[in-house]
Amino acid sequence: MSEAAQDTGTAHGSHSSGETTAPKKRSKLSKALTSDTFWRGIVSLIGFVVFWEVCSQMKNWTGVEVPWIGKVPPPTEVVAAWSEIFWYKGYWESWYLSTARVFAGFLMAMIVGIPFGLCLAVNKYFYDIFFPPFEILRPIPPLAWVPASIVFWPTTEMSIAFVTFLGAFFTIVINVLGGARTIDIRYLRVAQSMGATQWDLFWKIILPGTLPSIFTGAAVGMGITWEVVLAGEMLSGGGQQGGGGLGFFIWSSYMGGTVAQVIVGMISIGIAGYLSSTFIRYLGSISMPWRKLF
Amino acid sequence: MNTNTAISGTSGDRSQATLELKNVNRGFGDDWSREEIITDFSLTVHPNELTVIVGPSGCGKSTLVNLVAGFDKPDSGEILLDDKPITGPGHDRMVVFQETALMPWQTTRANVVFGPKLRGDRSNADIEAEADQLLDKVGLSDFKDKYPIQLSGGMQRRAELARAMINHPLVMIMDEPFRGLDAMSRELMQEFFVRLFEENRRTNLFVTSEIEEAIFLADRVVVLSNRPTSVRQIIDIKLPRPRDFHMLSSTEAYEYKREAMELLHEEALKSFKRKGDQSELVEAFDKRSE
Repeated sequence: MSEAAQDTGTAHGSHSSGETTAPKKRSKLSKALTSDTFWRGIVSLIGFVVFWEVCSQMKNWTGVEVPWIGKVPPPTEVVAAWSEIFWYKGYWESWYLSTARVFAGFLMAMIVGIPFGLCLAVNKYFYDIFFPPFEILRPIPPLAWVPASIVFWPTTEMSIAFVTFLGAFFTIVINVLGGARTIDIRYLRVAQSMGATQWDLFWKIILPGTLPSIFTGAAVGMGITWEVVLAGEMLSGGGQQGGGGLGFFIWSSYMGGTVAQVIVGMISIGIAGYLSSTFIRYLGSISMPWRKLF
Repeated sequence: MNTNTAISGTSGDRSQATLELKNVNRGFGDDWSREEIITDFSLTVHPNELTVIVGPSGCGKSTLVNLVAGFDKPDSGEILLDDKPITGPGHDRMVVFQETALMPWQTTRANVVFGPKLRGDRSNADIEAEADQLLDKVGLSDFKDKYPIQLSGGMQRRAELARAMINHPLVMIMDEPFRGLDAMSRELMQEFFVRLFEENRRTNLFVTSEIEEAIFLADRVVVLSNRPTSVRQIIDIKLPRPRDFHMLSSTEAYEYKREAMELLHEEALKSFKRKGDQSELVEAFDKRSE
């Protein structure tokens, strides 16, 4: 009896044994700052910037132009352009507009996509009726919807929002459907034996079981949403009723500004995308505490 | 040391239930692809006994478990629990599955209280108190707030036992519960489990493919025939209780083992010549779209 309670040498034993030694109090930040991963990242970024600077400046220094990259303004020039733009209200308005569109489209896609995916997964009739049209519409790239949605929707803003929504919607639905279908049938059977109703099965098994896939879908969907919103903004221009945003910022810099400004726009999008996916990952980790342990 | 002191909540409900299978038939597929898995299967699981079913792999043991648990229905025949036919899943029969089927998103404790909380047939305080007792009994008091992934294989099985027992089932159905454990943990779990059974003698249907495990645990060993599966022979195990591992080296145990081995060997040879057990897999996938 007592030996059984000790339970030695099994697969996951190492997880639990670590619990007995008192963990050192270290903040997450200090852990991150001292990790190898963090410093490798820093070195890699610095290395990249130096490489870029050298290649871009090569013509000034030696008279020999490095192909392609030699035409790109060097990081110093980009930083100079950025420090100038940084104080313009318009630049931050672009950030705001794009972010607002991304999140509006993304949230709508989540609100509609998650229940839709779950319904497809749990109801045969629903699946039979809605899956075929869904599968026909899914391969159409969101950008192919732009002209049609400009015709459908009364304002440019609405057509951008719609296209953004589509970008995330299909990915989220497919992930939710796949995730819900791969839930171990034994979880459902256990709950059934214990007297779970359909409602219980849905809320206590299917939903938490699908959560990991929901967040995978959300992370991928978020990336697509940024791609789509930028393209939408480039196409729609900066008119009275919509437009603007980082996409338009890049486009107008290309038309009337400098290449350095275009690059500022590009890096801004990179940063915005990174922040958005970090946010999604953070939400994922707080709503699925058990996943951190994998 | 004193983990086997009886606890008030569970030792009181000594189950007297009888489980009966009468001429049960079950097959899968239609027409030309039809395959009979279980034919004319009759067995009585006596109250307060540990009945162990052994059979060659792929012989339809899991199908049998699904039928008794009510996840599946027989094509013909009857399955009775205390003379009442089984119509579907219910908490009077608790299944402990192969590998582990603890919900990964719930802590050990949340997993244990899941059933009674779901039904709400008892007060929360009562459920919590019994969960504490059971977790203590299975030696997981310090792991209440851990997630299943943080537990060792043996701990997961013990958590599963607690999760089943808190529902006070009339019959426990164990579907190769210790499969996948390493030899050492497996032995410890068998010992732990046999103590648990001897303590409250809850009617138990235990399915395994290991003969030694069967003989060590059982009051009766039911040897199955190859597909289509039916009862090949029943061996009464007259080893004294409480059991311990030394008994396995006795002449008596050796004789049981030899007898069961011979029967199983014959059946396994037949099954060797047949195709695998894909139909169970296919059936499982078929089920989830319903």
